[in-house]
Amino acid sequence: MPLPQLTEATVRLGAAARDWRDAVRVAGDVLVASGSVQSGYPQRMVEVIEEFGAYVVIAPGLALAHARPGSDVRADGLSLVTLQTPVSFGHAHNDPVHVVIGIAVTTADAHVTGIADLANAFNDPDLVPALGAATEPATAIDLIEAATARGAV
Amino acid sequence: MKIVAICGVGVGTSGILKVNAERALARLGIEADVSASDVGSLEVSAADAQIILTSPELVDKIPPTWADIVVIDNYVDHAEIERKLLDALG
Repeated sequence: MPLPQLTEATVRLGAAARDWRDAVRVAGDVLVASGSVQSGYPQRMVEVIEEFGAYVVIAPGLALAHARPGSDVRADGLSLVTLQTPVSFGHAHNDPVHVVIGIAVTTADAHVTGIADLANAFNDPDLVPALGAATEPATAIDLIEAATARGAV
Repeated sequence: MKIVAICGVGVGTSGILKVNAERALARLGIEADVSASDVGSLEVSAADAQIILTSPELVDKIPPTWADIVVIDNYVDHAEIERKLLDALG
C-alpha cells in the first residue's frame, strides 16, 4: 500500500505556531480533521518529542512529527504544515523549523520507502523557501511532487 | 556487516535513515544488512551490529555498546551519510 497522498485537506500553509508544541499539534490536528486519527493523537506526537528530544528535526528546517501506532490511529495518514514564523525545536543543527510533516501509521514498518522518498525531496534546499512562499495547497503539493521526482536516488 | 538505524519510536525517522544508508552503501559497493529500530529495543536489535546510525539528539539515550555510533545531522544529505559511513568502515 502506498503512502497516503497529500491533498488540499491535509496541507495547511502559513500556520501560526508559538512554539514547537503548537507546530506539532497543528500537524496532528490536520490528521484528526482528515479522519486518520482520533483527538488524542496530536498530544501523543508532542510526548514523543518530550521523551526523546528534537531528533524528529531530521534536516534543516524540517520536522517529521509522529507517535507510535495505537488504537487512536484509524488509518495511515500524512499531513504537511508550513509555519508563518519558524519555531525552534531545540535541535543542535537543524533549527529553526519551517515545515512539519505529520505521519500516522497503523503498523511500525509501514511506508518506510515512501516516507524516505518524501523526506528526500527536502534534500533540495530550495524546497522549504518555495513552500513558504506557496499560498495554495495545490502549489505546495506540486512543489513536493516535483522535488520528490528529482530527489529519487 | 550489520548496521542499525535508531530513532525514538521506530516509526518514520529511522526508516528514512535505513533507506538512505542502504542507498549510500549500494553506491559505495558495500554489502550490509541495515535495519531500523527504536532506542527501547536497541539492546536486542543491535547486539551484533557493527554500526549504529542515529541523530545527535539520541546519542545520550543509547546504552553501552561495542558498535561504532555514527551521528547523522541531516538525514537527507546523501553526501554526509556516505562520508560518515566510509569513515566508520575505515
